[in-house]
Amino acid sequence: MKTDSKTVCELRDVTYVYPGEASGRVPGGASGQEPPEASGAVSTGRRPALSGVTLRVQEGEWLALLGSNGSGKSTLAKHLNALLTPTQGDCTVFGLSTKDLNNVFAIRSAVSMVFQNPENQIVGTVVEEDAAFGPENQGLPTEEIVLRVENALRAAGLLAKRKKPTYTLSGGEKQRLAVAGALAMDTPCLVLDEPTAMLDPQGRRELLDVLRSLHEGGKTIVSITHRLEEILRCDRAVVLVEGRIAWEGSIPGLFAHSDSFRKWGLDAPPLVSLWKELRAETDLPLPEIPTLTAMTDSLCRLL
Amino acid sequence: MSITVDGLSHTYHPGTPLETLALDDVSLECGSGEWLSVVGHTGSGKSTLAQHLNGILFPERGTVSVDGMEVKEKSARLRDVRRAVGLVFQYPEQQLFAENVLEEISFAPRNWGIPESRIPALASSALSLTGLDETYLPRSPFHLSGGEKRKVAIASVLAGEPSYLVLDEPTAGLDSWSRRELVSLLVRLKGEGLGIILVTHDLDIALQHSDSILMLDRGRCIIMDTPRKVMEHLQEHPAPGLHLPEIAALSASLRNADPGAPLTWDWKELKRWVVTRTVAAHPHLPGGDS
Amino acid sequence: MKFLNHLTFGQYVPADSLVHRLDPRCKILAVLVVLTGIFLARHILVFAAWGGLLFSLAVLSHLPFRLVLRSAKPVLILVFFTAFIHVFFTDGTPLLEIGFITITREGVSGAVYMGLRLLFLVLFASFLTLTTKPMELSDGLERLFSPFVRFGFPAHELAMMMTIALRFIPTLLDETDRIMKAQLARGAAFDRGNLWKRLKAFLPVLIPLFVIVFQRAEDLATAMEARCYRGGEGRTRMHPLVWRTGDTLGALCVLAIVAGLIVGDRSFLS
Repeated sequence: MKTDSKTVCELRDVTYVYPGEASGRVPGGASGQEPPEASGAVSTGRRPALSGVTLRVQEGEWLALLGSNGSGKSTLAKHLNALLTPTQGDCTVFGLSTKDLNNVFAIRSAVSMVFQNPENQIVGTVVEEDAAFGPENQGLPTEEIVLRVENALRAAGLLAKRKKPTYTLSGGEKQRLAVAGALAMDTPCLVLDEPTAMLDPQGRRELLDVLRSLHEGGKTIVSITHRLEEILRCDRAVVLVEGRIAWEGSIPGLFAHSDSFRKWGLDAPPLVSLWKELRAETDLPLPEIPTLTAMTDSLCRLL
Repeated sequence: MSITVDGLSHTYHPGTPLETLALDDVSLECGSGEWLSVVGHTGSGKSTLAQHLNGILFPERGTVSVDGMEVKEKSARLRDVRRAVGLVFQYPEQQLFAENVLEEISFAPRNWGIPESRIPALASSALSLTGLDETYLPRSPFHLSGGEKRKVAIASVLAGEPSYLVLDEPTAGLDSWSRRELVSLLVRLKGEGLGIILVTHDLDIALQHSDSILMLDRGRCIIMDTPRKVMEHLQEHPAPGLHLPEIAALSASLRNADPGAPLTWDWKELKRWVVTRTVAAHPHLPGGDS
Repeated sequence: MKFLNHLTFGQYVPADSLVHRLDPRCKILAVLVVLTGIFLARHILVFAAWGGLLFSLAVLSHLPFRLVLRSAKPVLILVFFTAFIHVFFTDGTPLLEIGFITITREGVSGAVYMGLRLLFLVLFASFLTLTTKPMELSDGLERLFSPFVRFGFPAHELAMMMTIALRFIPTLLDETDRIMKAQLARGAAFDRGNLWKRLKAFLPVLIPLFVIVFQRAEDLATAMEARCYRGGEGRTRMHPLVWRTGDTLGALCVLAIVAGLIVGDRSFLS
């Protein structure tokens, strides 16, 4: 991450209440009788989906947005692309306010999104036609579209399947096609809303590999997830709890706070639990971030 | 009493260019109170196998039998087979249709001809097994959260009083909390004597809880053995699309460095070993050699 | 086996041929001309000529003739039904009388002609979809209807709806299959009892399907919006339709053949 980097998106004191909750704007604590269902839908609560969120996404960084279901992370993501606009506060993308309808097109050409369900975001019947959907809407000349689609499909590892019908793709491939569709729009920033939730481990791995190489290529990425094992390569993490930012900082910093994971509604994978307890009980030299490779390296060195 | 599969083969779209051998000579056995996991990557034939176990699909070659009843297309006992084997499909919440949870859960018992007087009690006990209380019964299944919907869908299968429960990727799309709740439900059901057949690509769950694991690759059985044996096999012969859980992979690597390391998927066991081993070997703490 | 196999009617068969490369607008117009011609056909020999035309088109497009014929399979029942009605319910010179049923000469010939007409209509229409990508087809329709946009005709919207419908047909078939199986596993019986009972048995399939469709529609709308979609305005295409000389020639060829057949039918054969 560069230190002198520009701001891509900025949220200033954003509060968002889903429409149809007229009695809303009740601060979080007041609605005590709600069942604390972990995997709840956001829209049923009376508390705001987001309250007082201030956040800056820097150019070139890979930001992880963590939180359990119903923590408001998807709502936040939709603000970055002007799919939702703040009830209170401001959201800007490259300095453009998302509230101004004249900016919407420019904002969506700057921040693209990939959603959770791969099936529900594919428009085209053929792989390359789907990847072209975004640039076609942007009104680009034909040659430019062809070029972008080719590059995007290559980056997503789908070039060999460009002429295939979309329904023949596997779940993982469909999700990579959604990434390709976003890449073809050539936006500086890519926001992914739980892109791996419906994928098998293989598809998940392949998608993360694509994201990693995009990040190395300088793309600004915001990944939304509740899986700690998927954020190990990110630059920075933001933890959302009940619509508020509970913590924000570096990835090693996040793991240093592993005692709070439960409080934040995050589940530590077994490797993180092992790392955490070894750190607490011994003074073995362990890595700052418990990736499998790092853990294997440092433990093998001790033997 | 058990589900027995012997030499099962199945071909999709026979006689067309799309012809694919989905299952090739697969055999298995799962008794009451046993937990069998079927693992393999997407397209390995897991779901096809699951659908054979309660007569949704029928064997092309080989036999499937449930408590001695052979599963055949025109069998008079087909409905008995379907009743004995509850099948929970992937994303089962998508099958919900009734106006309230009670109606939803009553669907299966009513279809199986269970007397109407018994159904309400059956419905609430099936629901409470999944961890939802009776206040859910009058609610619309469509207004529940994702995790709750899945519980209702599973309860709707349990209410048919099956002797076996076959689940196809039941944890897909769930967050880790709901996933853990589901696993503990399965452990409880197994304790009550149900035979559990879990189809999954989540090796972590399979290794931790199964009595035995059947590993499929392109329709063929690679190995069927205890979790420990399957893990040893996987360590020696990595299978495409099936990765050892991180702890298992770590313990395997440590074992390469030190044959005394345990081969395990349990992080606590691994931790204990690491602590004793490093304290014994390095009272002074490490140098650089391996 | 699956409960529902993918539709064979009109599924695009990729190939590199003269017909495949034609502009979809040319093909749509040609089919319209051909359909008119078929409606006007009166003589059995002319139908033979239509058959010959179909056969040569199949050869030109590198499609096995069998495959083209098979696309008529789903409507065969309709064809037979129409023929059947004609046989039994046309007045005229009696050919055969069995009890109260009279079969007339006009009835038989009417049945044969109506049957053939319908058959050829379907065959030529499905020939269009066999050789044209769904996306091209909807593009072609959009462009053909674009002159009517100024009168408020939603050409782009209809074309987009068609594309999305085609895109989701395979998905929804899979989904239906899965839900049917899931309900079967919960003891549903789709093949028992009278018609009313059977129809009722499908409610547990239809309701979830509707829920899924609405969910998908909502998600898809959001995803499209996120990808800068704002209707047809300002939209460009990766594969813009280009009308070439070949298309003009093709269209003229078809026009000439159809005109020839009609004239032949009217002046020489009748």
